[in-house]
Amino acid sequence: MTTMEENAGPVVDPTVDFNIFDPEFVRDPYPTMNEIRESQCPIAHSNRWGGSWFPTRYEDVVSIAQEHDIFTSRDIVVVPRSTTQAEGPYAGVAAPPITSDPPDHHWHRRLILPVFAPQAVAKYEQGTRDLCNRLIDGFIDKGEADAGTDYAQQIPVRVIATLLGVPTDMSDEFTSWVRGVLEIGLTDPKVRLESRMKILQFFQTQLADRRKNPREHDLITDLLNSGDKYPVTDQYVLGVCNLMLVAGIDTTWSAIGSSLWHLAQHPEHRRQLRDNPDLWPTAIEELLRAYSPVTMARIVDRDTEFQGCPMKAGDRILMSFPAANRDPRQFENPDEVIFDREHNRHVAFGSGIHRCAGSNLARLELRVALQVWLERIPEYSLVDPSAVTWAGGQVHGPRICRVRF
Amino acid sequence: MRVRVDADACQGQQMCSIAAPEVFGSDELGHATVLIPGDLPAELHGKVRRAQANCPEDAVIIEE
Repeated sequence: MTTMEENAGPVVDPTVDFNIFDPEFVRDPYPTMNEIRESQCPIAHSNRWGGSWFPTRYEDVVSIAQEHDIFTSRDIVVVPRSTTQAEGPYAGVAAPPITSDPPDHHWHRRLILPVFAPQAVAKYEQGTRDLCNRLIDGFIDKGEADAGTDYAQQIPVRVIATLLGVPTDMSDEFTSWVRGVLEIGLTDPKVRLESRMKILQFFQTQLADRRKNPREHDLITDLLNSGDKYPVTDQYVLGVCNLMLVAGIDTTWSAIGSSLWHLAQHPEHRRQLRDNPDLWPTAIEELLRAYSPVTMARIVDRDTEFQGCPMKAGDRILMSFPAANRDPRQFENPDEVIFDREHNRHVAFGSGIHRCAGSNLARLELRVALQVWLERIPEYSLVDPSAVTWAGGQVHGPRICRVRF
Repeated sequence: MRVRVDADACQGQQMCSIAAPEVFGSDELGHATVLIPGDLPAELHGKVRRAQANCPEDAVIIEE
């Protein structure tokens, strides 16, 4: 049950039959999430895609995130992994710390958190601003552009490549590999495996290069050299690089894209940001809440009953942060974007020990991308709202989004 | 009003420093620190309450 054909078919009742890859859900998942959340079964279950649970209430999603002992991170996507045989030498490479559980999780995370602390990511601000301006230089005279492919898609991949010290001119390849793992690959195991192998082979070469030619102020060199503090292996470093590429690109790209899509349709929100720049920090959090891109998965460690649901060892749970962030029990008028929202306890970056390690970098990229866009293109609108295409499943955001200015 | 951060609960969400940047900073891991030890000036009380309400980890503790 891992291909599109096996899992297609109309959804009759989403509480027992939801399909996160259904085209309608991919385009606009919120009505289905709201329907499940307000039903008798706010934790839905579906047998599609190998079977998974789908909690939709804020309290339930946060509880599952906090109970990392029962709800483990052995697997974090909805589709089963490829076999050990198919992956050959890379079979044991995970994506630490996102795929780690305690006790190893502690040092896996400690080692990379300093790279992403607010004061550490601040040094990428000017470069990101310059990059955004260059991208806009490329299309501003045309009066029309694709806010997805010409802009949002181009930003995080270059920031992450810079952070990892790998060539930014390989951005198109990185993007295609990451889509192969997280977007197309989620419904096509062959593409997923091929893309994963390309990523790991690429970083294997980078590791070998850093061993031969260590660099100063270089993340991969520093990780390889941290063996004096922690039991670091090549497999661990390979896994971290894998995570940074896979988790750092189409997530932030989706957040930038959704926000530009929203602003294209809301001149009053563009005006609000122009008239009151002090709103930027809370506006960014509000956009992250309303258009949270990421849904993570967990694996149930042992048979347990959670909120009346009989969960078995090995069951998959989809932790829908987008659904949690639109729960009216937690947020007033959750489907409205309110830039000065007083209470916004959103979990777009998750909650508990697996809080997105790159959240501060993602926030910076999102803010700079939107600020530069609105400085250069203060007024714009969608060319054709019905022609916008979306990626969905576990990372939700627009892909083709043509705008006119 | 005084405020502290429960270091065991804090996961570095940064929601407190977004709500009250005058009061909350970050350590080298990106976890929250309190920049103003002792009594907080009255004009910051509202922001600190917002910081507490917006922390998804319930790590901001207000003492009055």
